[in-house]
Amino acid sequence: MKRIATCFVVLGLTASAAMAEVAPGSIQFEEGAVAQSLTGTSGNPAEGRTIMTTKSVGNCVSCHAATDYADVPFAGEVGPLLDGAGSRWDEAQLRGLVVNPKMTFEGTVMPAFYKVDGFNRPGDAFTGKAAPADLPPLLSAQQVEDVVAYLMTLKDE
Amino acid sequence: MNIKNTLTTKLCTAAVLTAFAVAAPAFADEDAELVINGEIEIVTKTTAPAHLEGHLTEIMSGWRFRSDDTQAMEMDDFDNPGMLGAEEGLAQFDTVMGSEGKACADCHDGVESLASVRPTYPKWNDAKEAVYTIQMQINDCLTERMGAEAEKYDSKKMLNFEAVLASVARGTPMNVAIDGPAQSTWEQGKEMYYTRFGQLDLSCANCHEQNYGNMIRADHLSQGQTNGFPVYRIKDNKLTGAHSRFKGCIRDTRAETFAPGSPEFVALELYVASRGNGLSVEGPSVRN
Repeated sequence: MKRIATCFVVLGLTASAAMAEVAPGSIQFEEGAVAQSLTGTSGNPAEGRTIMTTKSVGNCVSCHAATDYADVPFAGEVGPLLDGAGSRWDEAQLRGLVVNPKMTFEGTVMPAFYKVDGFNRPGDAFTGKAAPADLPPLLSAQQVEDVVAYLMTLKDE
Repeated sequence: MNIKNTLTTKLCTAAVLTAFAVAAPAFADEDAELVINGEIEIVTKTTAPAHLEGHLTEIMSGWRFRSDDTQAMEMDDFDNPGMLGAEEGLAQFDTVMGSEGKACADCHDGVESLASVRPTYPKWNDAKEAVYTIQMQINDCLTERMGAEAEKYDSKKMLNFEAVLASVARGTPMNVAIDGPAQSTWEQGKEMYYTRFGQLDLSCANCHEQNYGNMIRADHLSQGQTNGFPVYRIKDNKLTGAHSRFKGCIRDTRAETFAPGSPEFVALELYVASRGNGLSVEGPSVRN
């Protein structure tokens, strides 16, 4: 009896965690912004900085520079400087920009980091081969939250 | 005297340091001019062809976007490792291949007689009713005239042939035809150039038309011109063909890429070549 009760508790926890994560196909945009957290768990700004400046993860540094990560060499010039991003945009707008910036800026060069379909000849990462049926997004839901939390720290002086 | 000597040494040192400071900035000198071996003048920047109206006003060779060291390697054939491929290509040109007992030189009066090839290909082939790249034409010669096996697209041997054909055409302006029977293939290539591919959702134009001159991490984005092909890439230590470069670019958009020699890349090569009409043939060029 006691064991059965424990099982229910464990199942309940798992179910609530799974429900909290918003799938890439279920994102609600409002004028490009995404109000709801993708995970319900606060983002970690330090983790977000690492994601953005690591080539094998977010690789945001490839196109964007920011004074806050000026220690990372060879920041790119393709996208705008991120200084003050946390003042120019609110959290929902930043989340929308990371999830899919084309919902804010039609025709932008920037990729969507939380999107899994609607691509032309999607590939399996950088192999040049066709994508698997369950193509993962470029960043996980929690990674998106971490990046948003970091961008929120980039305030105007 | 000692003081004078010391002063002279100091002045010399300063002069040398200044020379180095001027000769080796971190990034490319986009205003440099290219003259190969002190005699072949190469047009690396000119007015864009009419069909690019609304897209680009000026076209620039990738040479302009490379570092001074890389630029210098192409200014003297002894410093250009790609010229070794051209030399091998010349030897291949004189070598008998296949069952017919023929070398290229048996039909063609010296490789210089083919100087008009590199600037005008890809080109419509009447007999085959298709746009032909240089490599497709070479394979026809190998299989139909010489009784030899076809070469794999962008193989070392093919790139050696391309290198020698480019080397004898250096300084002549790129001039591929985009009208007449080639037009539909050109249109196909143009559509492809502006099509976004892969999970990164990037077109050729996103980087090479909208962002040339900008840094993408440590890489200085060029216009993606093909007048320098085949290209000796320092990081690969060998010659690279245009289709292999296209394959790598599309792969890097996290896409299912296309194969060298595919109809898609033939069309793209024609279109991209036409964006460089007016730039000098420069191959085998040196890039990083």
